[in-house]
Amino acid sequence: MRATTRVYWRLLVAGFRRQSRYRLAALGGLVANSTFGLLKVVILFATVRAGGGAVEGYDVGLMSAYVWISQGLLGSVNLSGRSEMAERVKSGDVAVDFLRPVDVQGAAIATEVGRSLFNLLPRGLPAVLIGALVVGMAMPTHPAPYLLGAVSLLLGIVVAGATVYLIAALGFWLVDTRGLQIFYLAVSGFLAGLFVPIPLFPAWLEALAHATPFPAMLQYPVDVITARVDLAASLGLVGAQLAWLLVIGGLGQLLTRAGRRHLEVQGG
Amino acid sequence: MEPIIQMTGLGRDFHVRERLRRRKVVAVDDLTVGVEPGEAVGYIGANGAGKSTTIKMLTGILVPTRGEVRTCGLHPVRERRRLARQVGVVFGQRSQLWWDLPVQESFRILAAVHALTGEAERARTGELVEQLEMADFLTTPVRQLSLGQRMRAEVAAALLHSPRLVILDEPTIGLDVLSKQRLREFLVAERRLHGTTLLLTTHDMGDVERLCDRVLVIDRGRLAYDGDLPGLSRTVGAERVLVVDLSEPVPDLLDVPGTRHLASEGHGLRQRLAFDAEATTAARVLADVSRRAEVRDLAVEEPDIEDVVRRIYAARR
Ligand SMILES: Nc1ncnc2c1ncn2[C@@H]1O[C@H](COP(=O)(O)OP(=O)(O)OP(=O)(O)O)[C@@H](O)[C@H]1O
Ligand SMILES: [Mg+2]
Repeated sequence: MRATTRVYWRLLVAGFRRQSRYRLAALGGLVANSTFGLLKVVILFATVRAGGGAVEGYDVGLMSAYVWISQGLLGSVNLSGRSEMAERVKSGDVAVDFLRPVDVQGAAIATEVGRSLFNLLPRGLPAVLIGALVVGMAMPTHPAPYLLGAVSLLLGIVVAGATVYLIAALGFWLVDTRGLQIFYLAVSGFLAGLFVPIPLFPAWLEALAHATPFPAMLQYPVDVITARVDLAASLGLVGAQLAWLLVIGGLGQLLTRAGRRHLEVQGG
Repeated sequence: MEPIIQMTGLGRDFHVRERLRRRKVVAVDDLTVGVEPGEAVGYIGANGAGKSTTIKMLTGILVPTRGEVRTCGLHPVRERRRLARQVGVVFGQRSQLWWDLPVQESFRILAAVHALTGEAERARTGELVEQLEMADFLTTPVRQLSLGQRMRAEVAAALLHSPRLVILDEPTIGLDVLSKQRLREFLVAERRLHGTTLLLTTHDMGDVERLCDRVLVIDRGRLAYDGDLPGLSRTVGAERVLVVDLSEPVPDLLDVPGTRHLASEGHGLRQRLAFDAEATTAARVLADVSRRAEVRDLAVEEPDIEDVVRRIYAARR
C-alpha cells in the first residue's frame, strides 16, 4: 500500500517538476487570465449594480472574489479538454504506459494533477493577488473556508483531470479525440461557472449545469473558499465533488479496461 | 523448466480501411515458438513481416486474434501488471523516458514505479550508469540527448528493475558503429552476469552474430526459420562477398573457382566476388585471386538480413 502511494506521488511530483520548466508559458497565461478577469469585473460589477447592489447574494466584494479565484483556477482546472494522455493515445506512446506495473488511469491523472498544482504558483496565486490589490475583494476571516476550500480545490482539479482522461480514453476507439476536446472546451467553461456564476443562471439552466460534473470543477471550490454558502452546505459541495470523482473515476476504469483490448498501437 | 515465452498458434489481423472498403491484413499467423530461460534469440524479418506485432502481443499491448501466448508463465493482457515487473522492453522508436526531465529523474521515477528499495535503486542505477557510460549526461534533459545517448538511457530504463526477460525492438537503429558495439558488449555482460533472457529484433546481422545463439526468421507473418545462425546461412546458401582492391586494372575475374563475379569498379581495380562459405573459404578465394593479380587491400562482407530473408522468401515459393 505504501509503495503504491509512493508510485503515484512520484508521478505527481514529476508532473509538477515538468510543468515548472514552462515558466514563460505560465507568465503568458497569467497575463491572459488577468486581462480577462478585468473584463469580467467590468461586466459582472455592472450586473450587480443594476440589481441594486446585490444579485442572488453576490455583492461587489463577493463577485470580485468569485472573478479572481475562478480566473486563478483557470491554469489548474483543465477546462480545455486537451491532455497529455490524449496525445499519447493518438501517437501510440501509451503503449509504453501499459508496459509499466501501474494503473494507467491513475498514472495519467496523477501526472495531470501534478501539472495543475504547479500552475497554482505562477498563475493561481498571482491572479488572486492582482485582483485583491487592483480591485479588492471580500474574503472570509476565519480558517474553516480556507481549509475546506483547499480540499475542494484539489478535488476540483482531480475531477477535471479524471473527466479529461475519459476523453483521452475514448481515443482507444477513435484514435484522434480532437473533436471531443473541442466540444468539451465549448461547454466546460460555461457550465463550470467560469463566465457567469451558476446561481445567476435561469433555473432550468442551473439545474442542467448541476447535472454535469463541470460545477464540481470550478463553481463549488470557489463557493467553498469564498464561504458564499455556509459550512454545512460547503461540506455538501465537497461530498458532491467526491461523488462525481467516484462516478467519473469508475467510468475511466471501465473505459480503460475495454479500450485496452481495442487498442491498436501503430508503428514501431 | 517452464518456457519463458510460449506462443501457440498465435495470430493477429488488422482491418485497414482503403477508401470505402475494409481490407484484412494478416500481420502474424500461426506462430508456435517456445523460448527457454537464458536463451538469446534474434527475431528477424523484412519490414512489415510482423516482428513488432509479435512483440506487442508478448508484452500484452496488443490482444491476439488467434492462438495463445504466455510470457513468464503469465497471460500478458490479463496479468499485465505482474508481467511488467518481470520484463523490460525497449521500442527503439518510442521513448519511455520523460522528455522534459533530466535522465536521472526518469530513473528515479521508474525506480518508484517498480517499487525498488532505496538500496537496490542506488546499486542498480550505479551499475547501469557505469556500464553504459552515462555519467556525462545524467543531468541533461532527455530531449537534449544525442540518439546514441538516448538509446543507452532507454536500455538502462528498461533494465533498471533487473527483469528476467528483456525484449528489444530495433535497439541499434540509427546508431554508429562504436555505439552499436558498446551496446552489444553491455548486453553480453548483462546476460553473463544475470542470466537474462533476450529477444531482439534487428535489421543488423551484426547484432544477431554478436548477441544471439538462436535465430527466428519471420516472413509475412509466418515463421520461416528457427535455429542457429550458421544453420541459417546453410539453409539459404547465403553468400559472403570478397571485395579486393588490385594494384592495377585487371579484366573481370570470371573464372575464380567457387565464386561468382558480381561487379568491377575503376576498370577492374576493385572487384567483388560472391562465394558460398560452405563450398570454399575466403583464404582459398584470396589465394586464387593473388595468382592472377596483386591484391592491395580486401574486405569480406557478411550477408545482410534483407538478403537472407529474400532468399528464404524465394525458397518458400
Ligand atoms: N495498428 C495497425 N493497424 C493496421 N495495420 C498494422 C498495424 N500494425 C501493424 N500493421 C501491419 O501489420 C504488418 C506487420 O507490421 P509490424 O509492425 O509487425 O512489422 P515489423 O516486422 O515490425 O516491420 P519493421 O521491420 O518495418 O518494423 C504490416 O503489414 C503492418 O502494416
Ligand atoms: Mg517493427
